[in-house]
Order: sequence, then structure tokens, then C-alpha cells
Amino acid sequence: MVGYKFCEKIRKKYNKDQFEVSVYGEEYRPAYDRVHLSAYFAGKTADDLLMAPMDWYQDNHINLITGELVVAIDPVKKEIRTHKGTLDTYDKLILATGSSPFMPALKGIEKDGVFAYRTIEDLQQMEAFGKQAHKAVVIGGGLLGLEAAKALLDMGLETHVVEFADRLMPRQLDGQGATILRMKLENLGLSVHTSKSTQEILGKDRISGLAFADGSLLACDMLVVSAGIRPRDELARQCGIEVGSRGGVVVNDYLQTNYADIYAIGEVALHKEMIYGLVAPGYDMAEVVVNHLSGNRERNFSGFDMSTKLKLIGVDVASFGDALDVNEECIPIVYENKMKGIYKRINITRDGKYLRGGILVGDAESYNMLLQLAQNAMSLPDDPAELILGSRNPGDAHASKQGLDALPDSAQICSCEGITKGDICKAIVDHEITDVAKIKKVTKACTGCGGCTPMVADLLKQTLEAQGKQVKSVLCEHFTYTRQELYDLIRVHRIETYDELLGRLGKGDGCEVCKPAVASLLASIWNDVILKQSTIQDTNDRFLANIQKGGSYSVVPRIPAGEITPDQLLVIGKVAKKYKLYTKITGGQRIDLFGAQLHELPLIWEELVHAGFESGHAYGKSLRTIKSCVGSTWCRFGVQDSVGFAIEIEHRYKGLRAPHKLKGAVSGCIRECAEAQSKDFGIIATEKGWNLYVCGNGGARPQHAQLLIADIDKASCIRYLDRFLMYYIKTAEPLTRTATWLNKLEGGLSYLYDVVVNDVLGIGKQLEADMEALIANYHCEWKHAVENEDFRKRFKHFANSDEGDPYVQFEEVRGQKKPIEWGSIL
Amino acid sequence: MERISYTHNTVVKELETANWLKVGNRADFPDNGGLCFKHEDLQIAVFNFTSRNEWYACQNLCPHKMQMILSRGMVGSLNGEPKVACPFHKKSFSLKTGECLNGDDCSIVTFPVKEVAGAIYVELSQRSAIAI
Repeated sequence: MVGYKFCEKIRKKYNKDQFEVSVYGEEYRPAYDRVHLSAYFAGKTADDLLMAPMDWYQDNHINLITGELVVAIDPVKKEIRTHKGTLDTYDKLILATGSSPFMPALKGIEKDGVFAYRTIEDLQQMEAFGKQAHKAVVIGGGLLGLEAAKALLDMGLETHVVEFADRLMPRQLDGQGATILRMKLENLGLSVHTSKSTQEILGKDRISGLAFADGSLLACDMLVVSAGIRPRDELARQCGIEVGSRGGVVVNDYLQTNYADIYAIGEVALHKEMIYGLVAPGYDMAEVVVNHLSGNRERNFSGFDMSTKLKLIGVDVASFGDALDVNEECIPIVYENKMKGIYKRINITRDGKYLRGGILVGDAESYNMLLQLAQNAMSLPDDPAELILGSRNPGDAHASKQGLDALPDSAQICSCEGITKGDICKAIVDHEITDVAKIKKVTKACTGCGGCTPMVADLLKQTLEAQGKQVKSVLCEHFTYTRQELYDLIRVHRIETYDELLGRLGKGDGCEVCKPAVASLLASIWNDVILKQSTIQDTNDRFLANIQKGGSYSVVPRIPAGEITPDQLLVIGKVAKKYKLYTKITGGQRIDLFGAQLHELPLIWEELVHAGFESGHAYGKSLRTIKSCVGSTWCRFGVQDSVGFAIEIEHRYKGLRAPHKLKGAVSGCIRECAEAQSKDFGIIATEKGWNLYVCGNGGARPQHAQLLIADIDKASCIRYLDRFLMYYIKTAEPLTRTATWLNKLEGGLSYLYDVVVNDVLGIGKQLEADMEALIANYHCEWKHAVENEDFRKRFKHFANSDEGDPYVQFEEVRGQKKPIEWGSIL
Repeated sequence: MERISYTHNTVVKELETANWLKVGNRADFPDNGGLCFKHEDLQIAVFNFTSRNEWYACQNLCPHKMQMILSRGMVGSLNGEPKVACPFHKKSFSLKTGECLNGDDCSIVTFPVKEVAGAIYVELSQRSAIAI
């Protein structure tokens, strides 16, 4: 990777006439991205991981020779020789041979089923072997070891991690942080064994287990060793280039070896007794050498901050600056929440003025900001604890963004590519950039680990704002307000109609964006009869049914929690037969009746309403269904009455209009048959009560709901749901599902928890009262429509004829009807 | 829309001579919304654009997916241009020119409309231009 980065950097500065570049590599592939190696198991192919395709080397006039190992260097003649006997000469030679995994001299290490974790070939072999293995062990609980463990978990193996030290990631984490990480990983199915010194690998030809120094054994049929790296310095060593006593090619601040024309960069380089096993310092070294080649003596390598943030098996872990404070020069401030699996530590100088370093586990959102504070020795707030606890004053919610303002232009934002705040801001102005994708393209920021992306997005927003550009997400050309502003304005001015709102606060004639959005707002605020303003409703809301291909509509009666009596089933069957409707069970545990013509809708609903059915609101951006599993009433595993609770919840929120559709579910036990974790809100029964999950969805980008609060009683669950739903309805942008809303909510789940459970904004009572008012205003829209002659009249295709649309046509499939294909009316 | 500045009688006379078809009455229409009228085998969408105090008419067929639907579309404006958006896939068409405002290569036929003493008239000489 570092070698490739060198090529990229040198070609940025020099063309082929200035520097001819040849790259020799032992592997058959060009350079690939080892940082994201575990992505190989997540479905990426070996080609996806290439730093650049083969063409890139050609296009950039780089002579790439793969599959050829350099076996000798003659530093005097300036010549190299490969294992195939090829001779080549050089003016400058750059060693970027990297490192190899350290394989300890354990008895039995040669057995089948023992792997290193380093190359794509290692991964391919692991993958093949893993298919017939069941239980795998990783030796080494560091960064790479945990990455390897993730790969094994992804392969579906029972996975154990064995670490020699007393904790995971001993170089990055302190005891407390490592304990939290361990808890979280164990919850995800990983077994962790610390303070274990492996003595022998057991088994005949094939591994069968491990024996430890304390006499204990661990059976397994696969082993991955990740016990650190050793610089690949053997070539240098043989050819008289100076190496360190514990390995590594010795380099000066310009990365030169004892031969001035030979440089070493990346993991093979030993700079001031340090080997740097991360990409960012390697990239920095490449930059220094490219500068040095042009005679620039100012740019040198002066060591590198080993700060890092990554997602380990889904758990955010970051450590930065002087994370462990071994010399005890600082006073640590620590926040620990074992329930949520969060640990944060910041080391503050004794005078309270500066941040030196810290550790984040479970929630690393503030990493970028903290890193900048530490690297730039910026002044801290009066109470530095706010840095990890968040301000108690909601007015300061944007404090972290203002902090960006305070950064000097020289502050490094993207440490992988060495890009400063100044570089990014300049690019935004010079190239008139308005989105992050373009920044990536122009500056290369965010293209390494991607950790700086949120900061880059904030910088973009700030820079655009500073230029006076509109970055507000206004509704459309007719209203220069956000949805949330309109929500407040409608309430303050007590506006009840779209026309009144357009007249007072908008311009033009409205459109298909603002009309339904305002209709939804009015419904969420007043819950009045939507048909009173039928022409601002999307067609589904206007006709209280879902329009389908061909122009017919579907009918969905409410079947709360999916519970239905045989008599009710008979009614649905009779109605469907009478009006020749296609019937299908929906994903939300109800029955959809398709193929009704406009003029038939009131007739169909009249019969359904008469039989006791209510509108299912399938047509609205509103509460759909509360799915349930059968729960403790019938199920031998159920611990609570999930159907009863689901029915209660569905009746409570039926008809509730929101920025987008809302789905819920209640499961009667941990087996989760109702799939509550894929819903906007999901409730799962526990022995002690209910766990409330929020903000999940299926759809194009599935997202699991997250646990908001555990083991609460029904009343609390409803109270928190009231608050959660009203807060979402008030603050989300139009057509934003709860998952997307939460993703954009500053402070994320912990902030939502503060609002809903801790009531930090002091609006809890108000939200509950608003919800009560909406619930009190509930009415069945279809009952209302069929009982009102004026409304009924609107359900016809022609204003001047009672016949239906002759173009609505059906054909038969599997004994039922279906609409003819698009365009076949021609 | 054409402003009616004549006396009632002149207009009625002109309407008779120029092929104007009476489709309905103002009172039948929703505000800022449309109705579909049947004339022989033709379906006409007529819109009461209340916010502009104007009337528009066009073919009921949305040319994007060939659906008889535009009368149920939502009226609105784009930079001042009056338009209707199809309920199926939100294709917008100018109610003046019939041009598709989303840049798609399809358009609709529009018809002149007049309101005279609460009655709505549509002039259909362009009907043969409809692509169905």
C-alpha cells in the first residue's frame, strides 16, 4: 500500500521524462488494501481491494513487474537482481517491502489448520479451510487479531481470541476500556481468553487444540496467528544495509538508509527505534521521500501520531495521542456505562488546559474533534468533562461544529492522506464544490480509512455558509422553511389549511412536494378530516386507497396485530368475491384486496365498516401495522402477552400521521418471531417486562432498530413511545423514515435517549400531551367518508358519467385477476 | 385561460360557433383540483386552478406509462409555470404548453378552457393530436 502511495505521489509531481519508475513485487497481484482485508469476507472480491487496477500503472507510465522477488541489491553498482535472474539498475531505490506476520516458534506451528492473517492468499486458504471447521482460535488480541476474529465470525465459526497480555488491545486500551470492549465482543458471540501464554499446538497432522502455560487446554480445529509483525528486512540485511537489532531497516528523518540513494518506507522502516504498523505514517513517509527526491530538505519524518479509530466487529474503538498516559503526567476524566457498553477516557494536563490523548470504546463519534483538540493543543471548555459527556445545555448542541471553526488551517483533517483543513476549504472555494463526493475526488480526503468523512461534511457546510450559500434544507421553491420550522409556524399561527399557509408564508401555487408535506403536517398537528382538503393529498390519501398499476385501487382493512376471527375472514372473503378483488396476505399481517375501481371504493368500504372493520391507513404516511407473534397466550416459549400488547399499541396509534410510514412489532420473547428489530419501533418481551427498540427499517437499506431502554413496564413503554413518536413527527424532514432520521440526528441514539428518557429538553410532558390530543381526535376515515354524501360523490372516474374507466382492464393469473401491463391499453 | 370581456350573449354565440363543448359547472369542481370528463371516447382532464383564478384542460392520459389518470393529479407551479403532476410517478406537465417539465421526452395535448357564468367550456379541435 505504501509502495503504491509512493507511485501515486511521485506521478503527481513528476512525469515519465523526469522519473522513470519500476515496481517489483513478489506477489502476483498489484498492491492491495490490507486495511480492509476483512472486507474480503464481507463479499468484496480480491479485485475490489486493489489500490488501483492494472491499467492505472500503464496509464501512469509505471513499469509494474509482479510475481518477481528481488533477491539481491548491489548498493555500489546500483543494481538489483530478481529470482528469475533479471538485472535492473537504479538511481534511487525505495524499499517498501513491508512486514510479515510474526509466527512464534511454537511446537506444532507447522500443522494443518494454522494460518497467518496477512495476504489475500492467507484469506483464501482460511476461507477454504473454514468450510469444514467448527471452532477457530485467534492468537493475538490486538487490532489485526480482532480483525481476523471478525473474518472467522463472518464465516460462521465459533471463534475464540487468546491474548498474552491481561487485556485486549493492550497497546491502545487501558484495563477499563478493554473490559468494556471485551463485554461487547462477548455479546456478539466472541469468546475471549486473556493472560494466556500458548505453549503448544496439539494434534496429529492437523490441529486439534492449544495447550497453555497454565496447564489449561482449548480444543479447536483451526488457528489464526496474529502475534504482531516483523519487518521484511532480509534483503536489506543480506546486502549490507543497516538493520536494527530487533529488525527493521534503519532510516534517518528523510527515510534514507546508510546508503543515501536507498530509502525505506512503511512497515520495513525503523525510525528512531520505532516500526510504524499503520497506513497513515507510511503514507507520510512516501510523501517525505518524494519531496526529498526533488531536493526539498524541509519536509522530514518526525515520528507519527498513532491515533486510530476503527470499527472492530461492529464496535467503535478509538485511541489517540497519549492514550495510556503511562507516565501519569495527566489527570484522566472517565465515563463508563456498562449497560450500553461505552467507555470514554480523556487525559487532561494537570493545569486543566490541554487534552493530551484518550480512549473511546462503544461510541467514538467525538474522535475527530478530540484528536484535533489534542494535536493542535487547543484550549478546552471550562469543564473538560463536557467533551465526553456532551453539554447539558441543549443550546450547545452545535458546540462541536463551532469547534471546527476554531481549528487552524494547518490542522490535519485526513490523516491518511495528510490533508489539512486549509486544503479542503480552498478546494471547496476554488472548485465551487457543493458535495462531499466532489471533495473526495479533488482532494483525496476521506479515501483512506474514511474516518474523517463527518468532519469533512461539517467543513463543507460551514464553508458554504461562510460564502453565504443556502445550505438549509427548505421544503421546495414555494416555502423557504424546513419542515420543522413549518411545524412550529403552523402551531404558533394556528393555521389549519394549506391555502392559508401558502398565503401567509409561501409563494407561487405549491406543488406535489409541498402540498402532501403540509397535508401531513396539518394531519400530525390537528388530526382533522383529511378529505376536507382533498386536493393537497397524494392520490392515495385523496381516495383513501392505494393506487395500483392500471389505475385501480387496493383496500386494506385494519386487522390489529394480525388477530382476526373466522367471521371477519368470511366478511373479507365475501366482499372480495362480490367485487371480484384479488386477495393477498401482506407483510404486515393483514389482507390486501386489489383491483377496485374508484366508484366501487365507497361501496366496498360501506360493507366493511358495517361489519366492524376500520381503515387500515395503508394509503397514508401514517401508522401501518403492529406485527405480533402469538406470545405467551399460546406459545410454549412466550414470556409476555405480545398479541394483547400489540393490539393495544395499534389501537393507540392508529391513524397517526407522520413524516413517513410507521411500522411496529411486538415479540413475546427473545426469539423475536415478530421481527421487531426491523421496525420503526419494536417491543420485545423479557422476563422482567419489555425491551423497547427504535429506528429500524427494512426497505432498500435495512437497518436494525437499536435498544432504547430495557426491562420497562407497559406504562413506561407507552410513555416513551409517545415521546419518541411525537419527537420524530416534530423534527424529521418530509419522507424520512425513523432510521434515516436517527442517522442524521446530532448525538445519535444517546441524544435520543436523553430527550425521550431523561427528558433533558424538558418537553416530555408536552410531547405526551400532544400525542393524547391526536389520539383523542382519531376517527376512522372510511367510516367518515361513506357516511358523508359530499365525500362519496368524489369517488368516480368521470364527472359526467357513472360508468367506470373503460381502460381499467384485468387478465387472469393463478385463478385471480391482475392488471394488464403498463401501456397495453394502446 | 382567456379573459372573457364580452357580454354574456356575445360569448354564448361565439361558443356555439367555435366548437366549444360545455363539460360541467364550476360548482362541481374541487378547489385547485381536476375532474375527468367523457366526450365520445375521449377522456378530458379539466382543472380549476383556484389559486391563479384560471382554468386548464388537457388529455387525461399520462404518456409516461399510458395511464388514464391526469385528472387525479396535483396542480402546482414550477417557476411560475402552471403544471399538473401525475400521481403514478410524479411526472409534471406544463398546463400551458403540455411539455414534460422533468425533461422526459413525452408531452401532453392541452385544450383551451373558458368559464362563462359558472359553466365550463373546453375547445377540442386539437384532440386528434393525442397519441392514443
